[in-house]
Amino acid sequence: MSKLHFVTDGFVKNNPTFVLVLGMCPTLATTTSAMNGLEMGLATMFVLILSNIVISLVAPMVPDKVRIPVYITVIATFVTVLQLLMQAFTPAVYETLGLFIPLIVVNCIVLGRAEGFANKHGVGESALDGLGVGLGFTASLTVIGIVREILGSGAVFGWKFISGDGILAFVMAPGAFLVLGFLMVLFNKYLAKK
Amino acid sequence: MEYFLIFVSAIFVNNILLAQFLGICPFLGVSNKLSTATGMSGAVCFVITLATVVTYLLNQYLLVPFGLEFLQTISFILVIAALVQMVEIVLKKISPSLYQALGIFLPLITTNCAVLGVAITVVTKEFALGGAAPHMLNLGEAVVYAVATSLGYGLAMCLFAGLREHLAANDVPKAFKGLPIALITVGIMALAFLGFSGIV
Repeated sequence: MSKLHFVTDGFVKNNPTFVLVLGMCPTLATTTSAMNGLEMGLATMFVLILSNIVISLVAPMVPDKVRIPVYITVIATFVTVLQLLMQAFTPAVYETLGLFIPLIVVNCIVLGRAEGFANKHGVGESALDGLGVGLGFTASLTVIGIVREILGSGAVFGWKFISGDGILAFVMAPGAFLVLGFLMVLFNKYLAKK
Repeated sequence: MEYFLIFVSAIFVNNILLAQFLGICPFLGVSNKLSTATGMSGAVCFVITLATVVTYLLNQYLLVPFGLEFLQTISFILVIAALVQMVEIVLKKISPSLYQALGIFLPLITTNCAVLGVAITVVTKEFALGGAAPHMLNLGEAVVYAVATSLGYGLAMCLFAGLREHLAANDVPKAFKGLPIALITVGIMALAFLGFSGIV
């Protein structure tokens, strides 16, 4: 039970999107609908958990000076694995998320957890941390996606409940910045620690 | 004509920050002051252009002939990381003044997804401009695309830094302070840039 906080911390206290403000590029670019946000979050979580596990195992053997290149290589390997898996089993999702799957390599959340957590903790804790931060990231992306989908096309997860076209700007680039900005205001006001 | 279309579309229509969402982290991080914003833009421009040429050649003459395209992600990020290190060493030696101006921004650039993003885009995406049939970019076009993209990055960054300097002096409600108001400002800027869509 005592280890459960590694998972729950990722949601509010260490929320990657609203508190740490990491990984902004995929957050803004892929949240055009709730489903896209969810898929992007899960893809990142996959890489996060596996790279955390491997880095926590190899960290004691890696000399301090070359640790960043080593971490990046480990992360890039898992991203390549993810790319091949997605091309094989979910080609439609791979097509929608496009460039942002390979760009998980430079997502600062993944390297940030490797450097800030996995290289100082054991395998189990690192895996749980990857799961928690990954779930927190997925939750934030899904929420942003839901808001943008409702405003932009009057639907949630593709289920349309407002007829008409919706406000197109919210599906396009400006809406991403505006929705994230206002959600961050709400988060600061109601959830963040005073 | 082709080059000109690529140029205009990469700076204004498909602005890398405001329409493609690449390189947002450093954009939000260093846009507090106009002087640091110009320094970062210069460094990004330099590295994006260099990295695009190297990764384009690597892809064309090494990965494609041997059928190793699946290694693009991992090889490109390593090339970029090595390149940034090298640029840093070379600049320090031959142009200390430029190193002084760009130096502190260089290490940050490895994890700037704009660099990897542009490198991957030019080797995987087909471009269709001015009604022409979609085609892969050749080396010349790739260079033009890289330069124009980084100019677009610099343009958006400097405009935003100017706005943000004014924001800092204003009395903003507590919950909006810092990033939220910055994001909302970028949103309005992106709305303005939407006006360019359709010109190419």
